[in-house]
Amino acid sequence: MRRDVFQAIADPTRRAIIFLIATQAMTPNAIADNFNVTRQSVSKHLRILAECELVKPEQKGREIYYSLEIEKMKEVDKWLDKLRKIWETRFDQLDKVLSNMKKHKK
Amino acid sequence: MNNDLLFDFTVDKASKTVVITREFDAELSLVWDAFTKAEFLDQWVAPKPWTSKTKVMDFRVGGRRFYAMVSPEGVERWAIQRYTSITPKTNFKMYNAFADKDENPELPGSEWDYSFTEKADRTIVRITIYNESLERMERMIEMGFTEGFRMSLKNLESLLESLSNNRK
Repeated sequence: MRRDVFQAIADPTRRAIIFLIATQAMTPNAIADNFNVTRQSVSKHLRILAECELVKPEQKGREIYYSLEIEKMKEVDKWLDKLRKIWETRFDQLDKVLSNMKKHKK
Repeated sequence: MNNDLLFDFTVDKASKTVVITREFDAELSLVWDAFTKAEFLDQWVAPKPWTSKTKVMDFRVGGRRFYAMVSPEGVERWAIQRYTSITPKTNFKMYNAFADKDENPELPGSEWDYSFTEKADRTIVRITIYNESLERMERMIEMGFTEGFRMSLKNLESLLESLSNNRK
């Protein structure tokens, strides 16, 4: 099953991981140190985030560093833009209606 | 249209509230009519290419508007708005729910609050929409856009939750 970005951020631990690595790439151990969860659990969450392309693993020596894919995070804002555009369209239409109403009043 | 008209769109994901503020280049009484009379509402509430068709409109507290958004293919999406509070030319509130063509509502719906303020020759309208269910917001989007931006309810809920957490 293909995972998607919205599923990925539904989990509070994964959201916390996203925050943690937003500013710097980190190893699973370093991430685990920040939470009250096991290294195994962090790895599982990282795998899900990686499958959704929200994080990118990078091998550096013996360690794997995970960093955030900023562009992918932006997708979550897209639907809000859609809603905003609906209102823009509506109000542009209303501007025209009001302009007609004004003319008829005169 | 006028580009200098104020337009502000904010979403408070934590409280599941959308606040939309827009300025209109018209006096308050005209704007009020445009928001409260079916003949005018039908001219603008449906984002093109959709159209709006009002079957019943009884603008008084306890009254309702029963209307459909009609797709270019002729598909009708019905909804009921029940007016819960009206202060003429100042504010009105309603409860909006999607419905079938026989006026059976699909709950939960959303609470809408419209405030009108006149400033010079212009009118500022502030719309606050509280959605009990975020699925509705998704359906609003679906109704306005045929290009198909589809997400499940769960996706949307978690998205909003996540974004609201991000702000903390």
